[in-house]
Amino acid sequence: MFELNKDNFEAEVLQAEGLVLVDYWSPSCEPCKALMPHIEKMMESYGDKIKFTGLDISKARRLAIGQKVMGLPVIAIYKDGEKIDEVVAGDASKESVEEMIKKFV
Amino acid sequence: MVYDVVIIGGGPAGLAAGLYAARAKMETLIIEKDAFGGQIVTTDDVENYPGSIHEPTGPSLIQRMVEQAEAFGAKKISDAIVEVDFSQKIKVVKGKDGEYKAKSIIIATGAVPRLIGCPGEKELTGRGVSYCATCDAAFFEELEVFVMGGGDSAVEEAIYLTKFARKVTVIHRRDELRAAKSIQEKAFKNPKISFMWDTVITEVKGDGILESFIIKNVKTGEEKELFPDEDDGAFGIFVFVGTLPATELFDGLIEMDNGYIITDDNMKTNIPGVFAAGDNRVKSLRQVVTATADGAIAAVQAEKYIDENFEE
Repeated sequence: MFELNKDNFEAEVLQAEGLVLVDYWSPSCEPCKALMPHIEKMMESYGDKIKFTGLDISKARRLAIGQKVMGLPVIAIYKDGEKIDEVVAGDASKESVEEMIKKFV
Repeated sequence: MVYDVVIIGGGPAGLAAGLYAARAKMETLIIEKDAFGGQIVTTDDVENYPGSIHEPTGPSLIQRMVEQAEAFGAKKISDAIVEVDFSQKIKVVKGKDGEYKAKSIIIATGAVPRLIGCPGEKELTGRGVSYCATCDAAFFEELEVFVMGGGDSAVEEAIYLTKFARKVTVIHRRDELRAAKSIQEKAFKNPKISFMWDTVITEVKGDGILESFIIKNVKTGEEKELFPDEDDGAFGIFVFVGTLPATELFDGLIEMDNGYIITDDNMKTNIPGVFAAGDNRVKSLRQVVTATADGAIAAVQAEKYIDENFEE
C-alpha cells in the first residue's frame, strides 16, 4: 500500500485522477491493524483499478480532520480528488469495504 | 471436518476457552469477526488482571493470549457468523466466508458498547463521536474532549485521553461516579479532568463532523448547547455508558434474560453441547478475569460433554 503523509496527500489523493482508496489508521488503533491485512489482500484483486493508499493519522491529524475523518478506522474512496464514499468506525469490516469497492470498479 | 469445539468470539473468554480446549487435545477453532481481543484490545491500561502489571496494555495482553492458545494448537479464523444450526448432534455455524461443524460450541461473543441513544449519534459516529479512546485519541491532541459515563471504563478512558487532549470533561448523569475508588482518586487528582454532574447529552449536531451538542441537567431540566473553542475548531465526545450483549444471533434459540445468555455454573446453556462464556452471559461482574475463568470452565465442560456423548 502506498504510504501517504502530510506532504504528498494533496498530489497523491486530491490532485489524482481516477480512483484512490485511502486507509486512515493509527498505530494505537487495533481495529485498524486487524483490518489492514484484508485491505492488502483486496489490493491484489482491485489494485489495477484503484490506487491503494494509507495515511497514519497520528502524524497528520489536522489533515485527517480536514477530510472529515475523526474516528478510526476509515476506509474512503476518492474519485478525481473528491471523496465519494467511505466506511467508518464500527461499520468498517472486510465485507463492507469490499462491497464499497465493488460499487466503483 | 468436524471440530471438537468451535468457539464464536476471540476475546478473553474465547481465547481462554481455546487454550484450555487445545491443551485437552481437542480440535479447536476460534472464530472472530473483527480484531482478536474484543473490548479489552482497545483498552490502554488493564491494571486489574492478575499478572498484567508489568505490561498492562490490552493489546499486549491479548497478543500473549492469542500466542498461548495457538502454541497449543488452537486454530483461529477471521469470519463473521450469520447463522447457526444447533438442532442436530453435529452443530453447524455459518459465516460469511464458510461453514464450520463441531461437536460442541462455546459462545463467547461478548458485548458491544451501549449508545447514548440521542439524535445525531449514529450519523456522527466516527465523525467526532467515538466509543474507542485508543483508536481516536490522537485526533484530539491539544483539543477539548468530553467523556460520557461514570463507570470504570469512562473514568479510565478519561485519564487516558488526558495524554492527548488539552481538557477532558466527564459528563455523568448522577452526582457521583460508579468507578472503582482507586480510579476515581486518580481522576480527581488529574488537573486536566473536570466533571459535569447530573448531566446528559440529548443531541449531537454537525454536517459530516461533530460541530456542537446539547446537554441537559437532569435535576433542573436546563439545556445548553456547547460549541468548540474558536481557536480549536473541533472537539470530540467519547461515550462509555455501559455495554449490550452481542447475542442477537441466538434470539429465540437460547434462553436469555434481557439479551444475556442464561447458563448454569458450568457455562451450560439450555442446549446440550452449547456453552456460553464471558460478557454475554448473566453474571455479576464483567471483567477480563471473569471472562477467562468462564472460558476455562466452558472448555472443560465441552470436553466432558464430548466424552459422554460421542464414541471414539
